[in-house]
Order: sequence, then structure tokens, then C-alpha cells
Amino acid sequence: MTGQQASRITYTLDSSLDSVNKVEQTAEQMARKAGVDEDEIFRISMAVREAAVNAVLHGNAYDPEKRMTASFENTGADLVIRISDEGRGLDPATLPDPLAPENLLRGSGRGIFLIRSFMDEVHFRQTHPGTELTLIKHLGTAPTGD
Amino acid sequence: MSMKISTRQVDGITILDLGGRITLGEGSVQLRDSVRDLLAKGQKKILLNLGDVNYIDSSGIGELVSAYTTVRNQGGELKLLNLTRKVHDLLQITKLYTVFDVKDDEASAIAAFATV
Repeated sequence: MTGQQASRITYTLDSSLDSVNKVEQTAEQMARKAGVDEDEIFRISMAVREAAVNAVLHGNAYDPEKRMTASFENTGADLVIRISDEGRGLDPATLPDPLAPENLLRGSGRGIFLIRSFMDEVHFRQTHPGTELTLIKHLGTAPTGD
Repeated sequence: MSMKISTRQVDGITILDLGGRITLGEGSVQLRDSVRDLLAKGQKKILLNLGDVNYIDSSGIGELVSAYTTVRNQGGELKLLNLTRKVHDLLQITKLYTVFDVKDDEASAIAAFATV
């Protein structure tokens, strides 16, 4: 299902890897259209992919009854991507630090860290049920590289 | 969208030439199965050639870490070869670059494996 209003496009998608890939590709196209450089396109599309994986895998747990919603908006000043799920909710304060020595060799737990590393702003909102992540990239700023 | 893996042997070292994407789902599972198969066959010196890997997500990074720890726990060695800039940067950001033994030359990578 697709809805379009001004420069915002919204998808309501099932909880699958195909949906993750679609959201990632949409983010890549949006960033490319906005004129950001290749490194930033990679960072933005990867952050969005990680958010979508989080929604589908950790939020909705691949439940066919639950949906992921993804919206993409270019405000002119920012790229704003919102990814929401219908899961049990995520408290980012409870996530272990993947850079802590005791966590370095864990096989998971780096997704939110990468999202925060690659975007300028990341906001979490509990939607009861579910979590909405808002990812913002300011346009016109130089890539930080880390 | 998927990952390609081919396997070859050089001086007792198993080299996995990986290409494409190591991501949640197919790519990560392929890598996990390949390493598991090698260990089952007693091949515990493994060099992952990532030269043609153009994309890796957090799941793929986690799979590299799991492969590293699994091989090490079985008394083997796993090294990485030919990181692309993107993969190099991701390992730097996640502080994993110094965890892995990373090489950029196949001959020196082969030579760096312990000879037991």
C-alpha cells in the first residue's frame, strides 16, 4: 500500500526481508535524488536498512499479522525517514554498548549503534504497541566519516 | 543481491572468496554454513577474501565475528583478506578492525598462518 503527499512517500509493508530490501532501495534512491555523495548514500541506506531489520526482525518478529510502516520525506533541509513496527517496543537505554570490551565479540547488537553513527539525528518513540524510529540526515552538511 | 562463495586451497589454508552482499538472510547463512562445513571437515585455517564484498550489514558483521570465534574455539585460525573501504570503515567504527587479523596481500596472509 502506498500513499503520497507532497514529497513524502509512505509504505505499509509485511514483515519480511523483501520489505527490508525495498525500504533500503527506496532510501538509496531518495538520497541519490537529493544529491548527496556516494559515501553518504551508503550510510543513509545502511542506517535505514538496519532500522527496517530492527522493525521486521526484533519488533514484529516476522509475524505475518504485523506490518512495518516506512515513510520518506525530503523537507529540503533534511531527509527524514520514519520506520515503525507493531512489536513489543524498544527501550534504547537498555541496549548493551557494542563497543564495550565484553560485547565486542557478540554476534549481534550493532544495528542501533550503526544507525546512530550514520545519521545526524535518531529519535525513538513508543507507539504502544511498537516503536517508531525517526532517522534524520541534514542536507548540505559534510560527511563526518565516523 | 545475494552472496557468492568459492573455495580453494593454498598451502593447507582454505581460502573462501566471497563476493556480493553479506546481509541478514541469505548471505549470512551462506557464510555460516560454509565455515561450519569446513570445520566439520577438519579445515581450521580459513582465510576470508572479502575483496568482492561490496556490502555488509550488522548481521553480516555479526556473522564474521561468529565465524571468527567459532573457528578460534575449535583451535583454528580465521583471517580476513582484501577489505573494501566500506567494510574496512565498518570494522573500524565497530572497533573490530583490531580484533580480526586483517591482511591485504594473499601471500603474506598465507604465510601468517601458524605452521603446526
